[in-house]
Amino acid sequence: MASRVAQGLCAYGLIVRMWMRSTLAYRTSFVMMTFGDFVATALDFVAIMLMFSQIEALGGFTLPEVAFLYGTSSVSLGLADLLFGSMERLGRRVRDGTLDTLLLRPAPLLAQVAADRFALRRLGRITQGLLVLGWSVSRLDVDWTVGRMLMVPLMTVCGAAIFAAVFTAGAAFQFWAQDAAEVQNSFTYGGNTMLQYPPTVFARDLVRGVTFVIPLAFVNWLPALRLLGRPDPLGLPGWVDFMGPAVAALMCAGAGLAWRGGVRAYRSTGS
Amino acid sequence: MSGAAAAERLIEVDGVEKVFSVRRKAGRLRRVKDEVRAVDGISFRVPRGEMVGYIGPNGAGKSTTIKMLTGILVPSGGRLRVAGIDPARERTRLARRIGVVFGQRTTLWWDLPLKDSYELVRRMYRVPDTAYRANLERCVELLDLAPLLDVPVRQLSLGQRMRGDIAAALLHDPEVLYLDEPTIGLDVISKAKVREFLLEVNAERGTTVLLTTHDLTDIEQLCRRVMVIDHGRLVYDGGLAGLRAAGDGERTLVVDLERELPPIEGVPGARTVKVEGPRQWLAFPAARSAAPLVAAVAERYPLVDLSVREPDIEDVIAKLYAGGDSGPDSPGGA
Repeated sequence: MASRVAQGLCAYGLIVRMWMRSTLAYRTSFVMMTFGDFVATALDFVAIMLMFSQIEALGGFTLPEVAFLYGTSSVSLGLADLLFGSMERLGRRVRDGTLDTLLLRPAPLLAQVAADRFALRRLGRITQGLLVLGWSVSRLDVDWTVGRMLMVPLMTVCGAAIFAAVFTAGAAFQFWAQDAAEVQNSFTYGGNTMLQYPPTVFARDLVRGVTFVIPLAFVNWLPALRLLGRPDPLGLPGWVDFMGPAVAALMCAGAGLAWRGGVRAYRSTGS
Repeated sequence: MSGAAAAERLIEVDGVEKVFSVRRKAGRLRRVKDEVRAVDGISFRVPRGEMVGYIGPNGAGKSTTIKMLTGILVPSGGRLRVAGIDPARERTRLARRIGVVFGQRTTLWWDLPLKDSYELVRRMYRVPDTAYRANLERCVELLDLAPLLDVPVRQLSLGQRMRGDIAAALLHDPEVLYLDEPTIGLDVISKAKVREFLLEVNAERGTTVLLTTHDLTDIEQLCRRVMVIDHGRLVYDGGLAGLRAAGDGERTLVVDLERELPPIEGVPGARTVKVEGPRQWLAFPAARSAAPLVAAVAERYPLVDLSVREPDIEDVIAKLYAGGDSGPDSPGGA
């Protein structure tokens, strides 16, 4: 098991390097895309700031508080997107049969698919998220104890793991339905858009759904509410706020099983 | 693992099947599940160092077999071993010991120089430095890759890319090389180069080769043993000569006479199928010896030159595919 993980990481690194060099074969295009991505995500937050020029609070949350939600969610998704985001292309590889060539290499398929078409430009989202997060932390009215300070990186890492699990499970589903990328996108990119706003602005059933069905609420809502000293709209017991790591681990395990099932169900193409 | 006997039989296939279930619409909402038996219980063994041709019409199950042998597809039934390894269970372990070339898709990196793809193979397969250098040097020399190493793969021609792909599949010293239509779409010179290289590798390193192709010249020049698959079943497994007999083929005696004459008649066991000026073609059963025939012709006709042509293997195979019902037409000289 341990050697398999090491083998996977090694293959991941090798393939990532190949893709980075492939990208640099078209240098101008790379620079333009990176810049474009950064601007697009930056405008995203500008929209929220514009909103706050008209209102004092959104669902009872101030601008720095919303920025905190925005920053944590963006960094989490950004990390998952950088490391696993290309998995949504799996369906295409299944359809055109090029997945076969990956299956012939002496490396775990998951690592190869995750590294497939690795795009460094996705650092743009992480950078922008970190900037917003840094700004919000400097403005928040929170008593920063060591525990609370450690909670921020911990929750972003757990959040990234949760998103990564969604990417992986979504990709696994594409072994059966090759056009399912949009379904997983609605949970990852769509989920991210939702998590950037306070849970108080959404219908209660929706909040319940992202807590118990697809537990995205553990990415930032529940731990952030605790950090900001806000009551949980669902009135769950306090310890639930700290379940992020456990939820992330469970989701990764589930995604891993789904992936295994998908690979076994793979039927390749004709010829 | 179990000694020399296991090493002798590098590939073992016992009653292997692959069944796909295909959903088909039947009416507005009803869906019917159909079973397609792509591979329907085939068995064979390939000893180390052999070069085997694996042929059959489109959709016969060739590629499905190769995909099961590499571990890409999980068999629905039967037992399969390559170098003692169960491919579906230990795909990545097997990957180090086999090389695969799919004629229709490349494993090379499109936007990077050819040598970068080789470098990745070196690192991913953890090929020892000395072995890697020796293998690369040999491939570069035999396949004329030297001028291509620094060229991005997207700029290579199909033939150049195929040579590049074959080299990539051999850098880690595989024991088995699977080639799925390695000469598809190549020109005559590239084909010849590829074939020459495969013979060289097989002779030099004893690499076992399993080759699917539609180009029967590949088989004639490379393989002493042929397996023919049709509708998922092996319909022939044996030597090339036996294949000709199995298809009850005819050989052709081509004679050049001194001058233009009416078709040769009265030679027992042979009939004239074609006349072109002083040259005539006589068909006779493949199993019979040509010597008495030649004697009979020479006795009564002014013979200048002659040659014997083996039955056209394409015709033989076409007959096998047709399920053994031989057509009335004889193989004419094409």
